[in-house]
Amino acid sequence: MSEDTLLCRVRRMQELPSTHLLGAGTAMCAGCGGLQAFREVYELLGERTVVVNAAGCMTLLAVYPFTPFRGSWLYTSMASAPAGAQGVRDALDLLRAKGRMPPEDDLRVVVLSGDGAAYGMGLSATSAAIDRGLDFVYLCYDNEGYGNTGQQTSAATPRGARTATDTGSRGYPGRKKDLFGIWAAHRPAYAATVIGSEPVDLARKVERAARAPGPRLLLALTPCPTGWGFDPKDTVEIGRLAVRTGIFPLKEYEGGRVVHTKVPRPRLPVDAYLRTQQRFAHLFEPARDEATLREIQAAVDAYWAAVPG
Amino acid sequence: MTRQLLTGNAAAAWGARLAGADYVPAFPITPQTEILELLGRWIEAGELDARLTLLESEHSMMTAAGAAAATGVRAFTATSSQGLLYAMEMLYAVAGWRAPFVLVNVSRGVAAPVTLESDHTDALAARDSGFLQLHAATCQEVVDLVLLAYRLAERPEVRLPALVNLDGFLLSFTREPVELPAAEAAARFVGPFDPGPVRFRASRPLSQAVAVLGGVPYSYFRYEMHLAAEAAAAAWDEVAAEFEAAFGRRYEAVECYRADDADVALVLIGSLATAARDAVDRLREAGVRAGLVRPRLLRPWPVAALRRALAGRRAVAVLDQDLSMGQGGVLHAELAAALYGAPGAPAVLASFVGGLGGRDVVPEELFAMAEEALRSAELGRTPAPRLLFTEAELVEVRKLQGLAGAERAELAGAPSRGRS
Repeated sequence: MSEDTLLCRVRRMQELPSTHLLGAGTAMCAGCGGLQAFREVYELLGERTVVVNAAGCMTLLAVYPFTPFRGSWLYTSMASAPAGAQGVRDALDLLRAKGRMPPEDDLRVVVLSGDGAAYGMGLSATSAAIDRGLDFVYLCYDNEGYGNTGQQTSAATPRGARTATDTGSRGYPGRKKDLFGIWAAHRPAYAATVIGSEPVDLARKVERAARAPGPRLLLALTPCPTGWGFDPKDTVEIGRLAVRTGIFPLKEYEGGRVVHTKVPRPRLPVDAYLRTQQRFAHLFEPARDEATLREIQAAVDAYWAAVPG
Repeated sequence: MTRQLLTGNAAAAWGARLAGADYVPAFPITPQTEILELLGRWIEAGELDARLTLLESEHSMMTAAGAAAATGVRAFTATSSQGLLYAMEMLYAVAGWRAPFVLVNVSRGVAAPVTLESDHTDALAARDSGFLQLHAATCQEVVDLVLLAYRLAERPEVRLPALVNLDGFLLSFTREPVELPAAEAAARFVGPFDPGPVRFRASRPLSQAVAVLGGVPYSYFRYEMHLAAEAAAAAWDEVAAEFEAAFGRRYEAVECYRADDADVALVLIGSLATAARDAVDRLREAGVRAGLVRPRLLRPWPVAALRRALAGRRAVAVLDQDLSMGQGGVLHAELAAALYGAPGAPAVLASFVGGLGGRDVVPEELFAMAEEALRSAELGRTPAPRLLFTEAELVEVRKLQGLAGAERAELAGAPSRGRS
């Protein structure tokens, strides 16, 4: 849908909407960072949306006969949510063009996908949807593993993290895939990383995304108490640490340029983030795994060294 | 109405055009591609007011078709073989969305080994998906069954997607005279698309295809789909009668050719029916009272019509152009399930598998099938299932194997050895 229906312009915490569009009592875990990020995004995008869902934790948001949505929802499959979004968008466009639906009945199409689908099984469908210039918002809640099935390693799992499938003393030996970079390489209308613990930054990016018709990514790092091993009360703090250690850079892509929206100064050492989570405990106990910790710190340092300014 | 020479693929495209399809999610695969190319050309030329979107896979294509139908437009798509299998997860899923559309499958054998030519293994893999399934025998039937499929699928008590099958090469690339329904009459017959309760609108929020917890609601919704498919069986005669009134062609759920007084009935689906009718005539000339019973409808399975058609026959010879490994012919098993315990059911139901991957089924084989089924009825015992394959064909394969062996030996630098 072309016209901008976003509710407000957010510059300060006090300006964040408190409309509570998303109902409570869903099946998400206590302290779910994914629900936090999704709620913040949904409040801004509003109820004139149809959320097209890929298989993941959030599939359990709507369990018959309950739904937390004021707007619409369509569950598709793990691999093909962007294609579902394409079908809905095309159909809405056709209905408007043929005069079979009043313009005010139009909807914003939003894909809601976990990292398992976004980084892996659904990547082909996502890439093709961007190629086609599909007018949609793609929200990935990235909890860095197949969380719904017990946190097995996904392509979003960071180096060194223990998962249900990488249980050894070094954790996951691979590296987290750069989904933001993959999106940016497609030259989408807009792409941004967001985190629920930085709601003003998130809100500003949702606004920008809402104004840029075409394929738009909101990639949210979503701290996961059950998958990462921490107390649900710490979700916000761990999200903040992900930003302040520089592990999760907040940035956006538009018109061929990447801009960092919050540069952590000074940057905290990665230990400050890693120590908070059971999935990294083996890097500290029984003895510090200096090699892996140095490697993780070096990767973060190298990333920021390459960031201009 | 105009009569012209059309391939089965063109007939399928005409079916979509005459049905007033709004939306065509597409992905190419041989031997189906021509359908989507033709629709694309019509859209480009302004002859069809629709949108074609090329997806990156059949899995996505099927998702887009279901999602568009669930949003309230009339969707049409087509695929074949590996494409159908690749989309299979979504066939099962979108059927449960209760958003009707039509999928044309141009049947082709499935890998491995890879082949381009026809058999029914692909379509039968979709048997339990919740799609209605119709099989065309001629190019005329292709266009007509697409129109019928829309009517049937969109009925409020049905609301299931439908698969219309046509045989690759044998129909897809074969020109036959086709009487095209007039556009206005076709539009009247199919009617405007009614999205019913399933549509996404800002003024009518809807959560669709949601999860259920536990077997009770799950069973309920799955039973509903089954009952909806059965409702399609009940609705067939009415829809077919309306079609006949509009276009003068009558389509029974089960085509019977000289079957009323037949001692032996051939049962098969698809384009082989043309050769089978001819075989029936020739058997009759030779004094064998043969007939043909050919289901057009595979899902819902027209059990009552099949029982009626086959009651009183002494023997039935079923030809399957498919193979369920470790079981045999799928159609044979389906027919046995329909006939078991039915009054007057034939004592002998002989199973033959043939025509896999485009292998010809020659008239002599059809004669032999009928004769073997009759002989078995006289002896009072059902023959073992037969896989049609001749001595000459075995020699041909042995030659290929010899060549493959020689190639391998040459690559390995060893002298070629004959195969024992």
